[in-house]
Amino acid sequence: MTLLELVDVTASYGPVKVLDGVSLSVPEGGSVGILGANGAGKTTTLRAISAMVRRGGRITFEGKDLRARRPEQVAAMGIAHVPEGRGTLTRLTVRENLRVGAYLRRDAKAVSNDIDYCLDLFPHLRERIGSTASALSGGEQQMLAVARALMAKPTLLILDEPSLGLAPTTAQSVYDAIARLRADSGISMLVVEQNANLAFRVVDSAVVLETGRSVLSGTTAELKGNDDIKKAYLGA
Amino acid sequence: MFNLNTFVQLIADGLAQGSIYAALALAIVIVNQTTGLINFAQGGMAVLAAYLGMTASNLLIPVVGSFAGIIGGILFAVGASFALGAALERFVMRRFMGGDPDTAVVATIGLLTLITGLCGLIWTYNYIPYPFFFPSGASFMVGGIAISVWSLTTFLTILAMMLVLQLLFRGTKLGLGLRAISINSRSAALSGIRVGGLLMVGWGLAAALGAIAGVLVAAKVQLVPDMFDAYLVYALAAVIIGGLDSPFGTVIAAWGIAVMENLAAAYLPFVGHDLKIAVPFVALFLVLILKPEGLFGRKVVVRV
Repeated sequence: MTLLELVDVTASYGPVKVLDGVSLSVPEGGSVGILGANGAGKTTTLRAISAMVRRGGRITFEGKDLRARRPEQVAAMGIAHVPEGRGTLTRLTVRENLRVGAYLRRDAKAVSNDIDYCLDLFPHLRERIGSTASALSGGEQQMLAVARALMAKPTLLILDEPSLGLAPTTAQSVYDAIARLRADSGISMLVVEQNANLAFRVVDSAVVLETGRSVLSGTTAELKGNDDIKKAYLGA
Repeated sequence: MFNLNTFVQLIADGLAQGSIYAALALAIVIVNQTTGLINFAQGGMAVLAAYLGMTASNLLIPVVGSFAGIIGGILFAVGASFALGAALERFVMRRFMGGDPDTAVVATIGLLTLITGLCGLIWTYNYIPYPFFFPSGASFMVGGIAISVWSLTTFLTILAMMLVLQLLFRGTKLGLGLRAISINSRSAALSGIRVGGLLMVGWGLAAALGAIAGVLVAAKVQLVPDMFDAYLVYALAAVIIGGLDSPFGTVIAAWGIAVMENLAAAYLPFVGHDLKIAVPFVALFLVLILKPEGLFGRKVVVRV
């Protein structure tokens, strides 16, 4: 079963067309990566799903059309989006950020269990639970952003370049946690990443974008064997 | 000669006066907590609310008697203010969202002028008495000291409202949502928070709170369109001194300003009544220099 499907999606910022025919699909329980150079439209594709940008084409989630919905409605359907730049709620504490993640949930007991799960997944956050999010390091803020998204108990987790701006070892530990999360819960994911080596740790297939179009897609194994991909994204 | 009686009265009057600054300051804090803006029209909206309450009370009193009529007028003022605040957000301020915040702040100054002018147009610039539970000069004696009924009522009302607000912002989901959208509304929406709806609630709550302040002031000094202009200055000082994100700190600062002002006027000959308005500003400058996040505000630590 297809969970999320994009067919010929277009999007523009004012007069500037950024997406010009992006198609991809995420199967139920699957994890898909979006690769591409700077400006290829990776972030915009995610924004098109979350209704943060004007868009055309067909976008469906669990068979329902997403196009007429607002960002909060997309979130309410079970899509949790960790935006570029993390979207940290800086003046709130770590715990309050997690509570915001669970904003739509009514099951108080399960929410507090899930906070515990997130703190196990990201032990750094446990030590900082009472501090304001602005005082966290970049890596901790990224962990908080992922944890906050998880608090919504989403069906699909969307991650926009979780390694951005992080030291290589920190990026590795963020991906360690994402890999563990995927193994624990089998949650569906859509991951944008410049660093394909990192992305391949947590996705089973990927789509390559070039100047606003999807030009290539395949399983991780297929893409790893593709010479162009090797040259462009794997540093081989 | 130092007179204990005078001293206690100065403090009591200061606390009551400060409570009005506090009410307006709290309204400003609510809007700031939700939108990140300072709403200069908050005082004007409070005056409009008081006029609406006065009009409703005067219509109701002949029908339902004075007590029920006064209550009805206040409820109408609060309800109409909530609706007006929400509508102003939806149809005026929403248009400035996503633009330069300075533009939005200037728009609130425009609203202040507009609302004050409308009040003058409809109700004239003459003083109009506000029908209230007791005459503005009513007082009672405690141990030889006269305490004004108005002062006590005002003080207790604002104290109760401060506690409710502190609880709302720190202890409820609605409060958490309001704070989240003020920090980053796009990011808050990604967690499913209905940004538009909460912005309207925030403006509505602030306007409703302002309405109560408007009624309390009108009950003491009578209604006139610009009756809140001076209060706005003190309220802003209280907001800055108390810390923009702390309802509790704001109220303490408002009381402190008013008490200090009264004491300085009475006991420092070189200040006197002419210069007492300078007192809150000296305090403001000192706080901004020594503790820019306000006395009770949370320090924002930014790491890069």
